[in-house]
Amino acid sequence: MKKTFETKPTVDFSDDYPVFTPGMKATHTILIPDMLPWHFDLLVHVMRGMGYKVEVLHNEGRAVIDEGLKHVHNDTCYPALCVIGQYIDALKSGKYDPARTAVLITQSGGGCRASNYIPLIRKALRAEFPQVPVMSLNFSGLEKGNGLQIALTDLIKLAYAIYYGDLIMSCYNQTKPYEITEGSAAAARVSCVEEMKRALDSGTYRRLGTCAERILRTFAAVPVQRTPKVRVGIVGEIYVKYSPLGNSHLEDFLLAEGCEPVVPALMDFILYCVVNNINDAKLYGKNRKAALVYRAVYAWMYAKQKKLIRLMKKYSFEPFHDFEHLRRCADSVIHQGVKMGEGWLIPAEMAALAETGTENIVCAQPFGCLPNHIAGKGAVRAVKALHPDENIVPVDYDPSATKVNQENRIKLMLATARERLKGKQ
Amino acid sequence: MIYDLGIDVGSTTVKVTVLDEALQIVYTSYERHFARVRETVLAQLAVVEEKFGAGEYRVSVTGSAGLGIAQRAGLPFVQEVQAAFGAIRRFYPAADVAIELGGEDAKIIFLTGGTEQRMNGSCAGGTGAFIDQMATLLDLSVQEMDALSLQAERVYPIASRCGVFAKSDIQPLLNQGVGKADIAASIFRAVVDQTVSGLAQGRRIKGNVLFLGGPLYFLKGLRRAFCETLGLDEEHAVFPETAPCFMSIGAALYAAEEKPEPLSGIRARLLAAGEGEGITVGEPLFSSQQEYSDFIARHIRSDLSFENILTYRGEAYLGIDSGSTTTKLMLITPDCKILYSHYQTNNGQPLDIVADKIREIYRLLGDRIVIRGACVTGYGEEMMRAALKIDFGVVETMAHFKAALYFNPDVDFIIDIGGQDIKCFKVKNRAIDSIMLNEACSSGCGSFIQTFAKAMNMEIEEFSRLGLFAKHPVELGSRCTVFMNSSVKQAQKEGAGIEDISAGLSSSIVKNAIYKVIRARTPDELGRHIVVQGGTFLNDAVLRSFEKETGREVVRPAIAGLMGAFGAALYAKENTLPETLISTLVTEKELERFSYSSRSVTCKGCTSRCSVNILTFADGRRFISGNKCERGAGLPRPKERADIYTYKYEKLLAMPSQGQGRRGTVGLPLQLVMFEQLPLWTAFFETCGFRVVLSDRSSRELYFLGQHTVASDTACYPAKLMHGHIESLLNKGVDFIFYPCESYNLDEHDSVNHYNCPVVAYYAELLRANNERLNEDNFITPYLDPNDERTTVRALTRALRRYKLPAFLVRKAYRAGLERMKAYHEDVVREGRRILFDAEKAGKHVVVLAGRPYHADPEINHGITKLLNSLGVAVLSEDAVFEEAPLVKVNVLNQWTYHARLYRAAEFVSERENMSLVQLVSFGCGIDAITTDEVRAILERRGKLYTQIKIDEINNLGVVKIRLRSMLAAIEELQRKS
Repeated sequence: MKKTFETKPTVDFSDDYPVFTPGMKATHTILIPDMLPWHFDLLVHVMRGMGYKVEVLHNEGRAVIDEGLKHVHNDTCYPALCVIGQYIDALKSGKYDPARTAVLITQSGGGCRASNYIPLIRKALRAEFPQVPVMSLNFSGLEKGNGLQIALTDLIKLAYAIYYGDLIMSCYNQTKPYEITEGSAAAARVSCVEEMKRALDSGTYRRLGTCAERILRTFAAVPVQRTPKVRVGIVGEIYVKYSPLGNSHLEDFLLAEGCEPVVPALMDFILYCVVNNINDAKLYGKNRKAALVYRAVYAWMYAKQKKLIRLMKKYSFEPFHDFEHLRRCADSVIHQGVKMGEGWLIPAEMAALAETGTENIVCAQPFGCLPNHIAGKGAVRAVKALHPDENIVPVDYDPSATKVNQENRIKLMLATARERLKGKQ
Repeated sequence: MIYDLGIDVGSTTVKVTVLDEALQIVYTSYERHFARVRETVLAQLAVVEEKFGAGEYRVSVTGSAGLGIAQRAGLPFVQEVQAAFGAIRRFYPAADVAIELGGEDAKIIFLTGGTEQRMNGSCAGGTGAFIDQMATLLDLSVQEMDALSLQAERVYPIASRCGVFAKSDIQPLLNQGVGKADIAASIFRAVVDQTVSGLAQGRRIKGNVLFLGGPLYFLKGLRRAFCETLGLDEEHAVFPETAPCFMSIGAALYAAEEKPEPLSGIRARLLAAGEGEGITVGEPLFSSQQEYSDFIARHIRSDLSFENILTYRGEAYLGIDSGSTTTKLMLITPDCKILYSHYQTNNGQPLDIVADKIREIYRLLGDRIVIRGACVTGYGEEMMRAALKIDFGVVETMAHFKAALYFNPDVDFIIDIGGQDIKCFKVKNRAIDSIMLNEACSSGCGSFIQTFAKAMNMEIEEFSRLGLFAKHPVELGSRCTVFMNSSVKQAQKEGAGIEDISAGLSSSIVKNAIYKVIRARTPDELGRHIVVQGGTFLNDAVLRSFEKETGREVVRPAIAGLMGAFGAALYAKENTLPETLISTLVTEKELERFSYSSRSVTCKGCTSRCSVNILTFADGRRFISGNKCERGAGLPRPKERADIYTYKYEKLLAMPSQGQGRRGTVGLPLQLVMFEQLPLWTAFFETCGFRVVLSDRSSRELYFLGQHTVASDTACYPAKLMHGHIESLLNKGVDFIFYPCESYNLDEHDSVNHYNCPVVAYYAELLRANNERLNEDNFITPYLDPNDERTTVRALTRALRRYKLPAFLVRKAYRAGLERMKAYHEDVVREGRRILFDAEKAGKHVVVLAGRPYHADPEINHGITKLLNSLGVAVLSEDAVFEEAPLVKVNVLNQWTYHARLYRAAEFVSERENMSLVQLVSFGCGIDAITTDEVRAILERRGKLYTQIKIDEINNLGVVKIRLRSMLAAIEELQRKS
């Protein structure tokens, strides 16, 4: 393909953009949007350890959204708007010297328009901060030469950080609604994060079992009273699923409503991306050599997940979904070939949550998200055919969708959920 | 006695119910609250106290605006659907489905066969509020509209997705002279369609249906529309007496679980509830009276001077702007002094208004003044011109430009915000350089404030004036009216005052224009010399918001609302030939006998079945509108079509051969990817021994056929049409339907990847999940990558395994398919060359209408190609030309096959004289949010105009026509300049 591409005459309409050179590692602060509050504590710590000056943005509010609206085509997905809004609002705040600042975004690649975030960010910055380089964190070979320099050992370290982030998130959500002393779950979270940071520094992070047990033990030690509460699963588009800015603090809202939020692991999304490459080779004979590597990566990551599941059960926590099981859940509803955006993972998680007793589900998606037409809203009916008791509410997130509208819909779902809970008791 | 009290605070009304101890309803009330929520509730409680005493009450609050007030007052709250649910189970246990329409919500509750409760999505818009808005548009009260609807003879298709869309369908109907009775019935029909498609989403509404909420209770026409559409007889459609306050009854039932307290306690808590918080407020528009006076003084400078029509002697020129919601007339002297001007809301009969005003003008003129020329512009241009024999017609964008030029010869940016549209032009070298019009979705323009003021029981002038000195204008976001409505709702919930909302709305309109329509990043992008116009800018609050947002002092002529008419008059003045002594305008005598009748028919000239309106004048002349091509207007069809879209469509329809299938019949839905790959799959299945049956041609009826299986109402229209195609194939009784899932499209070696868009790639999954008639046997949807023969053959063999096709046959058939597709594509390219060659020979302008292959469907492009042909323009498509262009490197990730073609088509156009590109974008297409900016950039770098047309289910070419004519006028002007 490449060959033909180069032999034909090409007109270049692309603009120059600043590149993040290795030298900038020493001089530049790298801004990261607030995407994964549970995981960034550890991920950022790893990146700092690699010598990058990284800072996670926590700016919020109307100003952020307004900057987003000003700088991005308004029909673009909401996550792009939030992310770009955060960058520009931060750069305008005067806290960062634009000459010594870069911005970083993760990219998963694929046929969803989200693959275009990097060019969109560049376009948005060009007007006012043309000197700021945009960096990509991805594993699909996009944006070569403009990403982070990550050695294999660092990559492994990041993977561990994600496992621990997932584990802390899951334990916290299972403890917080039931804690007897207000704030004890939060304290457990802080102590676990600090401990894992130390483990990442010292190298003991590689002992998955020891570290995981430490986290599990800390949370298991929090005194709780297990009065039954409404459990609400959160599935959907990856950004609005995890980012409080994107989903108007959905987890906090659910906790305030006296529910237990059930947020599936981030690692599932990563495994989903890996599996898609394997599926591509299987279905279409694409990149069969690379698929061998993906298979090995998958086997390694899946084994780790299995181990965590075993330990979570040991400490009586509801474990993560077993990814092989998730794939089988997907097969019952949708084809694993649906691989754009969050694709088959969404109905798979809906089905898996229902199986494990979380029948109430918020399917969070940006307004007008293309893959979600198919795999989110579009698949609800098929999931319900298998699990008639599922209580699913699709919620659209959008710069102008008011909180009252979103909350009203979620409350409707909760009303049904509470009634059912009452019925069961 | 302890009473149970239910309070339902909706977006527009407050409902209160009192139940006695036997749970019998002893009192209900229904009041509009005009945003004064707390006061209305308290007033109602006073009534309750008077009737039932101040004793013990158990209370519960519900409703969309009830949440905030309940929280602040510490009163129990129950979600409104839940409240309704409780009341239904108690009072109507036999109901299967309940439909509730409220002020801004629509809800549906399925009670039997798996309980399910749904509310409208955030895009679907209000229903009660929508009906109010439509009534305002028709200048009727809601009751009058309802009564009229019962006399309707015909129902017109009106977009049902959201209010703004519906409005742009209704306006042209009004302007065409369609009766209000028919329109009223059509509006109700649209509400029903919206409920059915937006809420039911694949579930059928059947059994005993309970209808709740104010609109369904008060409006007989709406009831009738529901019963007709759902096929319900009187027995199965239940309209309870308690419908308007049903939710409050439910709330009262839930109150039974609460602790009783004296009514005074409840009132005290409401009183103490306070105003709430959580709304973002902006700066006041003016900080002092002085600042306001300076502002007024500055703008007075751009006034025109007047000449007394009763004493003036000499020549005059008449300009008429027949807009969508208003009609404007202006008579000027040769030195541009105003002799006469008039501005009026249409109220539905623009032609009557204009005829009337011309009569008045004639009376005033006496024999002192001679009208030498007249010109008309705007939506009603052609009709007016024909009816009143006006000398000139000019496209409205040109008229506005001419007028702005008069006020500021250096003008480089013009923005016009009218009743329902926003127009912006950038000006370079005294010619229009680019035009931006609002998409149907963001037309939260002037008429929105008007409707809103009316809802507040206020005149628009008073409402806007209030905003000028608001201390804390609310931030209401910058999207379409529907979104703003719910933002207003929230602000009201939080206790914002009317003046703050008024100021907030003004600023929203401005932000909408700047960031949504113009999509400027910084004010500098607009320009240095800005002229603002349009009736909406006469509102000082909007003008001030605009200046504040852009940080520029702009020119607003005092005749801002009359600029179209002024521009038309200027046009008449410039274009009247020296030898013309008097205008062709109808004479005073002719006007005495002037009358007309209007009737609408369906044109049977072709398969488009346009709804055509015929005006017949007293002198026997006729004027036909609504037609898309010459046929509807009774004109002969040109011999040679220069329209590749129609060519492609006809080729595809003729693709299947008529033979008998030895192995069976396969149904191919002609939509989405099939518009490209039909040759491939036709040849494939025919080689394999199947007979290929195509789905019916797309039409609105076909769309309705599948509407109940549409899962996501914000998907693009082509996708939503797909549901109808599937139904039509199922009805034809084919053995199976085939539609492949293709993550990857054919690699055309011009992009870094060659994906399909997610909707095209996986729509089959959604169809299967949401249409109960589809199953594994009758719907075959293999996953394949057409670039890879080995896996494709394997997947096809597997998918068709019950026919036991040998692999070699599948391979042979697949190769035959690819051959046929190649031949088809070459044919399209050949036809493209022919059209281009002929056009060049004839000196015709060529438009490359660039979109997707499926835009060739006339139901999707709405006959735009025919319209272009009738404007004397030849039409090419992106897939006919892209291969002749070099590869293009763009700023964004170029990774979709169809979209890569757009960039190359743009490059193809930019290298050629006499050719321009118009991008067709389906509403809801997320990927085009990325491509449009790139295509624009490519064209603009080469000094070409960029024009974009957004298409949806709306079948009205009025706006499109203006846009295309403006584009052609601008091109002409540019060519004249160079």
